[in-house]
Amino acid sequence: MKKSNSLSYLTNGLLKENPVLRLVLGTCPTLAVTTAAINGIGMGLAATAVLVCSNVVISLLRNVIPDKVRIPAFITIIAGFVSVVQLLVKAFLPAIDKALGIYLPLIVVNCIILARAEMFASKNKVLPSALDGIGMGLGFTATLTLMGLIRELFGAGSIFGLTVTAKFIDPMIVFLLPPGGFFVFGVLVAVSNAIAKKQGKKPVEHTGCANCPSRAACDRYNGEEAAAE
Amino acid sequence: MKMIFAIILAGLLTNNMVLAKFLGICPFLGVSKKVNTAVSMSIAVTLVMVVATAVTWPIYTYLLYPNFTYLETIVFILVIAAIVQLIEIFLKRFIPPIYKALGIYLPLITTNCAVLGITMLNITNQMNFVHSLFNALGAGLGFMLAMVLFAGVRGKLETADIPEFLKGLPITLIAASLVSLSFLGFAGIGG
Repeated sequence: MKKSNSLSYLTNGLLKENPVLRLVLGTCPTLAVTTAAINGIGMGLAATAVLVCSNVVISLLRNVIPDKVRIPAFITIIAGFVSVVQLLVKAFLPAIDKALGIYLPLIVVNCIILARAEMFASKNKVLPSALDGIGMGLGFTATLTLMGLIRELFGAGSIFGLTVTAKFIDPMIVFLLPPGGFFVFGVLVAVSNAIAKKQGKKPVEHTGCANCPSRAACDRYNGEEAAAE
Repeated sequence: MKMIFAIILAGLLTNNMVLAKFLGICPFLGVSKKVNTAVSMSIAVTLVMVVATAVTWPIYTYLLYPNFTYLETIVFILVIAAIVQLIEIFLKRFIPPIYKALGIYLPLITTNCAVLGITMLNITNQMNFVHSLFNALGAGLGFMLAMVLFAGVRGKLETADIPEFLKGLPITLIAASLVSLSFLGFAGIGG
């Protein structure tokens, strides 16, 4: 990896390796908080802040943390930053804090952050890790905002709280309810797959297995299941 | 007693962990292809949820509240990680058959947002200790119900003729949307 392509770390997360649509990580918050575009932005930026900070610290400590306890160490670092972000949001953006509810502290178990710690920050220098965090975070934010926009437009007839279509078309509340979340996400993945196919790439797998921090455990399980058959 | 029944019913149907609260989506989309697997995984999740609630509730109520509530997130995730390890060691040593059936799912559960989610929801909703335990049990059973139902749906999808662009993850999500839609029908119960 050359220094000259530091821009590619940024764009990587936005498009090529979009954490939600291409790596299929962080599905829980993607589905849960995107009932309005502003919530998507709030969740995305909160996760981005945690991602950048934890990537930097983990990258700095990458030669200090013993390999065997790296996952608990990563989780502790991430949980620390999540608490910081949680308190800041509670103090300065109480409306966002209320809208995100328990999904804000649940950033701790957001697979994107642990996956980037495991896959990138623990193997790379500080600057690339920070850029990777920003790129991945912006990709996450952009996707969540897009989902929020779609669900808000169809479900409430507004964009960022401003009434748009609600006067002419009755809003379809189902888009704001859980089924709407699954449906819009499914359609977005289908569109992203179609675009990827045009570029000659494969459609995404069922889960972001290749990128999941718990992959080793899954592989062990799949191996045992295959052996049992 | 009536309250406990209502809590379990809510966990199973109206406030279903996966289909209404979007917690534990990863195993829901990734693991639930076979009913057996879905059931074993859910039992492991339910076990961890109940034990984690039994430990985190007193910690929060007697140690963290009211001065150290900001430590909730960091303490809970570490406690859950430790509990999962302990359960794994305990089962391995004393009940090997259960370890053989469930042990492989346990490492996955530390980062399962359903477990951290339920322990935090118990605190947010200001439930007492007994209600919290039943809430965790109900949520675990709800997780199982969703996993088992969806394993059945996934089985049907394997042989269905699906348009090319929807194959894989998109059709899985749209099927989940329909299952979730059917659960909306329970919304009035107990409300």
